[in-house]
Amino acid sequence: MNRLIKTLEQKPSNLLNLFFTAGFPYLTDTITILKTLQNSEVDIVEIGMPYSDPLADGTTIQESSTIALKNGMKLQLLFEQLNSIKEDNNIPIILMGYYNQLLQYGLDRFLDDCKNAGVDGLIIPDLPLSEYEAVLKDKLEARDIAISFLITPNTSTERVDLIKRASTGFVYVVADNSITGKSKDISDEQIQYFKRTKKLMDTKPHLIGFGIKDNTSFRQACDYANGAIIGSAFIKALKEMKDLEQEIPKWVKSIKTNEVIPNS
Amino acid sequence: MQKIQINDDGFYGAFGGAYIPEMLYKNVDDLKNQYLKIIESDSFQKEYHQLLKDYVGRPSPLYYSKNLSQKYNAKIYLKREDLNHTGAHKINNTIGQILIAQRMGKTRIIAETGAGQHGVATATVCALMGLECIVYMGEVDIERQAPNVARMKMLGAEVRAATSGSKTLKDATNEAIRDWINNPNDTFYIIGSVVGPHPYPDMVAKLQAVISEEIKKQLLEKENRGHPDYIIACVGGGSNAAGAFYHYLNEKSTQLIIVEAAGMGIHTGESAATSVLGSQGIIHGSKTLLMQDEDGQIIEPYSISAGLDYPGIGPLHAHLIDSERAHVFSVTDKEALQAGLELSRLEGIIPALETSHALAVLDKMKFTSKEIVVINLSGRGDKDLATYMKHCL
Ligand SMILES: Cc1ncc(COP(=O)(O)O)c(C=O)c1O
Repeated sequence: MNRLIKTLEQKPSNLLNLFFTAGFPYLTDTITILKTLQNSEVDIVEIGMPYSDPLADGTTIQESSTIALKNGMKLQLLFEQLNSIKEDNNIPIILMGYYNQLLQYGLDRFLDDCKNAGVDGLIIPDLPLSEYEAVLKDKLEARDIAISFLITPNTSTERVDLIKRASTGFVYVVADNSITGKSKDISDEQIQYFKRTKKLMDTKPHLIGFGIKDNTSFRQACDYANGAIIGSAFIKALKEMKDLEQEIPKWVKSIKTNEVIPNS
Repeated sequence: MQKIQINDDGFYGAFGGAYIPEMLYKNVDDLKNQYLKIIESDSFQKEYHQLLKDYVGRPSPLYYSKNLSQKYNAKIYLKREDLNHTGAHKINNTIGQILIAQRMGKTRIIAETGAGQHGVATATVCALMGLECIVYMGEVDIERQAPNVARMKMLGAEVRAATSGSKTLKDATNEAIRDWINNPNDTFYIIGSVVGPHPYPDMVAKLQAVISEEIKKQLLEKENRGHPDYIIACVGGGSNAAGAFYHYLNEKSTQLIIVEAAGMGIHTGESAATSVLGSQGIIHGSKTLLMQDEDGQIIEPYSISAGLDYPGIGPLHAHLIDSERAHVFSVTDKEALQAGLELSRLEGIIPALETSHALAVLDKMKFTSKEIVVINLSGRGDKDLATYMKHCL
């Protein structure tokens, strides 16, 4: 069974989904980070396939992509890396990237490689719903790979409904009318939007992402959704870390609890 | 031949559409639902044409170039978009888009620019209408098009440097799109060419179509026939070409000639020759031809001309090329510089470097003396004097 769907069913609250860019800070860190996250009680990992022109990403993720590409990250290499630790991995893996990457790699080849490498879900922000229905839906279903679409504060109620139905994984609730990497606190207006969304989602799994950065914002997001996605804040933290295996578990703990963890 | 036209989903054949993240969906959808109604309204038409006439100085002349005609053995006409207010065709589009922005209740205007001509044209209409204006421009272009940066500032616009990638037009466009994502309610994005998600390519083509509308009338007066044998235009994103081609798209007796920038040479790795080096993919929300690697990473283009230094082309042009409706020539930096110098000396007209690429094609084609050739003289060369001086004088 698809591990993402299983996780969403078995753990309906406080899900922590961490995003990082493949091949960042160093080319082989994809493997190190994934392995370390195994032992850090992270529920879902979302791996960014670095892209030259990531329109939906803020500066932090954009810069990590540029570095990853300079490091030599390629899709084929990413699949090799995922395959090499496939046996040891038990966290659901989502790949995030842009539609052009899939088109050039070849849709069938991409999805077959996803399947073989144990990828459970996809997030493709610039994939139109109509193109998904016409071109990708059957291919994903045949391979038991889930897909998540985004909603924002400006998405109409009717469209939320369409997106809810099209998303076979969770619905990705973009926390703010902006892109990743903003570091302000969650506003009352956002809370109103979260409440509204929670109602519309009903039993549909949904995670809040963009701007979640610490224990406070993680808690707040978990109050109105099944969990949260942290991207830019994790990338920033990774950039500062000297020893990923030592420091990642501590960082994850700092998100899940509000204890201050001393740096040993 | 099938009729060249856009379908309801914004596709020309296989090219176009709107491949955008959800954060842009509402803005693009609102525009899609309103642009035709606004453009076709009496109030828009009246204000647009009045401004084109009294503010821009249209119609722009269709000038019979005796000296070029003699040299290249054809009847060569120059469509003088360089004589427009602000010095290029770009203002036709910004006048139209700002009127649309106003009718949609938007108060903040953003734009991207390469050569700075679109930035200047946007800053100009924002000054005219009293709207806030922010222009994104690649760091490299800020340097090589300094006069236009000064003009934008004089006009009250804020110029923001794009520092990612090749620091040119593609990156400025990325930054403008990001700005729009971050400011989805009050902001209107005035795109400068026939690129981007639907409805932009169609909207910009319609706003530039005045060029070929005038050519038709002017040729009828001068030659007693409305259509030329050839129309030649340079293509960055493709707006001046789209405007010059528009009313001839389905006129088979007119050959459409697209001129793209070959930079140092098509296969030198320093080029922007998208039709040769590109393949079908997605750039800036549109499915079109672009320069990319096997993973879909966009390849940084190069051209001496900031306005042609773009790794894609508009979906209309991708379709014209794919369906063999248009023929493409690639022109190097060197050939363009030479053609710019030639027009200056032969006719007393200093063309923009972008336009010089179109002129350079004359030397690559064979005509018969009765054939009528229209070259779209998209802009004037004041902004490029430093580059011309460095390489030609
Ligand atoms: C004078 C001139 N011609 C042509 C272009 C290329 O743009 P397009 O292909 O949209 O006409 C530019 C762009 O900056 C320009 O300034």
